[in-house]
Amino acid sequence: MKRLSIILLLVLSGIACAGVEYREFANPEQQEAYENLTSELRCLVCQNQTIADSNAELAADLRRQVYEMLQQGKSKQDIAQFMTDRYGDFVLYNPPFKLKTGLLWIGPVVFLLIGLIAVFLFARRKKTAATVEMTAEKQQKIRSLLEKGD
Amino acid sequence: MLKYILPLLLFIVLAVFLALGLNLHPNEIPSPLIDKPAPAFSAPKLQAPTEKLSPTDLKGKVWLFNVWASWCTSCRSEHPVLNQLALQKAAIIVGLNYKDDPEAAKGWLAQLGNPYDVSIMDQDGRIGIDWGVYGVPETFVVDKRGVIRYKHTGPVTPEDVQQTFLPLIAKLQAEN
Repeated sequence: MKRLSIILLLVLSGIACAGVEYREFANPEQQEAYENLTSELRCLVCQNQTIADSNAELAADLRRQVYEMLQQGKSKQDIAQFMTDRYGDFVLYNPPFKLKTGLLWIGPVVFLLIGLIAVFLFARRKKTAATVEMTAEKQQKIRSLLEKGD
Repeated sequence: MLKYILPLLLFIVLAVFLALGLNLHPNEIPSPLIDKPAPAFSAPKLQAPTEKLSPTDLKGKVWLFNVWASWCTSCRSEHPVLNQLALQKAAIIVGLNYKDDPEAAKGWLAQLGNPYDVSIMDQDGRIGIDWGVYGVPETFVVDKRGVIRYKHTGPVTPEDVQQTFLPLIAKLQAEN
């Protein structure tokens, strides 16, 4: 069983290597920009992957596009702009804050606030209800004690 | 009273969100190219590779730009619809043969019919990137001034032709 799994892993690792693209960069900054950009751009075919992760053909084409534009000395902003001009804000994993994307950015905060307010109101109501119950109980006890005392 | 209304309200909100979710089409990404000039290209024609076509050659005409490939299975279901549309001669139909083998593409047209006035080749997908193509088939409608007015993602159905394409083309043909 162990031998079989080792053989399987070896075979599979070959496939993993075959998918790697070889790119040469003029300097480390360029390589960093390439890695940043490809992990910030969405693959539009398989929408929950970045173009760095995806094996789709379009992702490979977009990686090539990013690489070529970096080689031409284009900045990260230029390349992000190039992509949004063609595919819209959706292509960015970090969309800019605008009217259209406002709900996306503010939504979670709004829901958190609603949750906090609900918890606060709920807790407060429970507390007051509990005290009322306590006093009613106590009152009865006090009364019975008083009556006994007579 | 609130004890009964609150869960009901929560349920309604949840139901509305789920219903909206069912009707969303996350695969259809609105194109930022609508109402923008058609991206330029100069690409060899599929049937005559020495000749080139560019969007400026089509100035003054309403044209459809249909992205297709012989490897694309949904293009096969779309093809008879395009053949039908071509018969009506409502607009020029330009095909973008996207990341395809020219021989396979010509074979496909010979076998299934050729609805295109002309098809151009985009073997490395660069024209596709400029047009924001992310899934084949896609169909753009370009007006006489060379501005993209509409984009359809996925196979065009006969209903799309009747309800969207033909009325839009008629409207654009009437423009100057």
